[in-house]
Amino acid sequence: MKAYRSMVLVSNDAASLERGAQEVYQRLQEEIAAFGLQDEVSLSTVGDIGRNDAVPLVIIYPEATIYGPVRPEDVHFLVEEHLYKGRIAAGLQASVRELSGRIAWLSARKGTLPAEKRVILERAGLIDPENIEDYIIHDGYTALAKALGEMTPTQVIDEIKKSGLKGRGGAGFPTGLKWGFVSQAPGEKKYVICNADESEPGTFKDRLILEGDPHSILEAMAIAGYAVGAEEGYIYVRGEYALAQKRLQTAIDQAREMGFLGKNIFGTGFNFDIIIHSGAGAYICGEETALIESIEGKRGEPRARPPYPTTNGLWNMPTLVNNVETLANVPAIIRNGADWYRSIGTPSSPGTKVYTILGNVNVTGLIEVPMGITLREVISIYAKGMKNGANFKLAQTGGSSGSIIPASLQDTPMDFDSYNKAGVSLGSGALLICDEDTCVVDLAKVLLNFFRVESCGKCTPCRIGTQRAHQILTRITEGKGQMKDIDELLALSDNLTVLSNCGLGQTAGTPLKDILTHFRAEVEAHIRLKVCPTGVCPMETRTRVREKALPA
Amino acid sequence: MISTHLNDNSLIGAVHQAVREAVEHHGTSRAELIPILADVNRAIGYLPAEALNEISRLTQLPKSQVFSVATFYRMLSTEKLGRHVVQFCESAPCHVTGGRQVWEALQDALDLEPGKTSPDGKWTLVTVSCLGVCGVGPVVVIDDEIYGNVTPEQIPEILARYA
Repeated sequence: MKAYRSMVLVSNDAASLERGAQEVYQRLQEEIAAFGLQDEVSLSTVGDIGRNDAVPLVIIYPEATIYGPVRPEDVHFLVEEHLYKGRIAAGLQASVRELSGRIAWLSARKGTLPAEKRVILERAGLIDPENIEDYIIHDGYTALAKALGEMTPTQVIDEIKKSGLKGRGGAGFPTGLKWGFVSQAPGEKKYVICNADESEPGTFKDRLILEGDPHSILEAMAIAGYAVGAEEGYIYVRGEYALAQKRLQTAIDQAREMGFLGKNIFGTGFNFDIIIHSGAGAYICGEETALIESIEGKRGEPRARPPYPTTNGLWNMPTLVNNVETLANVPAIIRNGADWYRSIGTPSSPGTKVYTILGNVNVTGLIEVPMGITLREVISIYAKGMKNGANFKLAQTGGSSGSIIPASLQDTPMDFDSYNKAGVSLGSGALLICDEDTCVVDLAKVLLNFFRVESCGKCTPCRIGTQRAHQILTRITEGKGQMKDIDELLALSDNLTVLSNCGLGQTAGTPLKDILTHFRAEVEAHIRLKVCPTGVCPMETRTRVREKALPA
Repeated sequence: MISTHLNDNSLIGAVHQAVREAVEHHGTSRAELIPILADVNRAIGYLPAEALNEISRLTQLPKSQVFSVATFYRMLSTEKLGRHVVQFCESAPCHVTGGRQVWEALQDALDLEPGKTSPDGKWTLVTVSCLGVCGVGPVVVIDDEIYGNVTPEQIPEILARYA
C-alpha cells in the first residue's frame, strides 16, 4: 500500500453531512492540491466517532489531532498550518471533553509508539471501517479467495495448525487443533461463533478490532466456515458495544452485496452467512457454553463439559467458538503463510498480542506487540513510565480472571509458556499496572466483588465461595480480620479452582492465592497490626449513613 | 420483586404494542427471546410483569422461561428505573485510578444507595462490572453518554447537565 506522510479523515456520518461535511471534504481536496500535497497526504472519510458535538470533524494522523467543528472557510488555514507548516492549527481543535472511549481509541491509534508490530490492527484506524472498498484495497478478502480457490479445507486447517496460533481469549488453546476437532465431528450442520462478548474488566481490544476493521472478522469467519464445514456464523457481541454492532452490521450488508457472504461465494459453491447476536449484559456469557445458551435464548449458564462445543455446541451441533483477536489473525496467516507467522513472536507462542495498558501509568491505551515482550518493557516504553514517578508494585493481567503479577516477575517474557512456567496467566491481554499506593487486600476485594456479582449462581462452589471470600476480605479491610481467615481464604481458593463448573469460578480463587503467595506480609499486617500499609483500607466499619449522622 | 400491577391503561396499551411489534419483528422462536426482551425494554424503559406475560402468551414460551431470562441479564430490568440511569463501573481498572472517591462523590451527590431510584423518579444509581472503556477510567455512564477520567470534583457539574 502507498505510504503517505499524513492522513486526513473527514467525518461523514449523518450529523456531519447535515452540517456541511461534504463541502469541507471538497475544500480539503482543493486546498491539498493547491499546496501541492496530494502525493503526501491522503484524504478519506470516517464514520461516527462519538463526537457529534463538534461535527464536521477533521482528524489528522499520525498526530491524531481532532479538529471540529470545521467550516469550509477554515479549511485553507487548516491545511496551511497543519499539513504545510506542520503545526497544530490553533483555535480549530475540537474541545477536549472528559470522554470517551472512542477518543482514547483515536489517541491509541497514533501509531507513534516504538517497535509495535501490527498484524491484527494493521488496518484499524487507517481504513474507513464502513467502506468495504477500503478493506478490499488493503488486501481484503484475498485470503478468503485464496482459501476457497487454491486450498482444500484440510489444507486450511493444516496451515493454521502449522502457524502455531493459540486462542487469544485467555485460555491459549491451539486454534488449528480446535478447527480440526470441529471439522472431524459428525453433524448434519455446523456453526462458527465469534466470541465478541469481551467483558473482562480492562479489556477492550476486541472492541477496537471490531470497530476499526470489522471485515477482517467476517473474512476470518468465512474461512473458518469453509475449513470446518459450516455455513452459518454468529457473532455474539457485548450489549455495550453499540458502535461495534453497527459497524459489523454495515460490514455484513456490504459483504453480502459484494458476494463475500451468502450463497455460492466466488462461484465455488461454498455458502456462508453471519448473524449478529447482541449480548444483554452478563460477564458469564463470554464463557463459550454460556454464550451458546444465550444465543439459544436462555439464561447464560455454562453447561457441564465435556461434551465440548466442538462436538455438541449450538443446537447440539459441532460448533467452533473463537475469540475476535484469534480470528483476526487468520486472514494474515492464510495470505502470508504459516512460516511468515512463525517468524513473529516466540517459538512456542508465535504472532503478536494486543494488550490494553491501564492503571497508574503515564500513557494508557492499546498496543500490538510480538509475543514475548516483558512487563518492564511495556511499562517503560509504551506506558511511558509510572505516573508521578511512583514505583511499580504489581500488574493484574487479563481482566479479573488473570493473575496478580508481582514486580519480581516483570522481566518474564509475556507468552503463554513462560507465564505458565512462572505460575501466572496472561489472561485476555489487559495489563492493569498498579503503583505502591495500591493495597492488595483492597484489590482482591474488588476482584472478588466482581466475581460475586457476575457468578451466574448455577454451581455452589462459585456462588457461595465468591460471596464468602468477599465477606472475609471486607472484614479484613475493616480491621476485623483474624489469622484463621488466611487459611480459610486459601481453602476457598482451592475449592473455587477445583470444584467450580466453569472458568469464572475456577479463576475466581486466583487473586486470593496470588496475594497470599506474593504479598502475605501485607495481608498479615491488616490482621495482626490492624494497619493497612498503604492507607487505602478504612480499617473500621464505615457506612454512609453513619458518616451522615456525624455533626457537621 | 417484579412489580405485578399496572394501573395505567395507556401504559398497558403501550406495553402490548411494544410486545406485539417486537414479536412480529423477531418471530416466536426461543432464540429470539432475548432480542424481543431487549426491544421491549428499550421501548418501555423496563420490563413490567404485564410485558413478560404478553411475551409468554404470544411466543408460547412458558412464563417461567421468560421471567428467568428477563431477570438474568443486567441490561434488562424488571423494575421501573429513574429518568436517568447512572452507571458506575466498580471494577479494578477504574477502582485503582480513583474510582473509589468518585463513587463516594456520586452517592453523596445523588443521596442514593446502589440499585436505588430517587423518590422523585429522576435518578437510578447502579454499579456495573465493566463498560468496556477502561482506558479512561474511572468511568461513569449516564443514559448513553460516557464520561471518562472522572474526578470527584466533576460529579456535581456532570449531574447538573441532566434535567
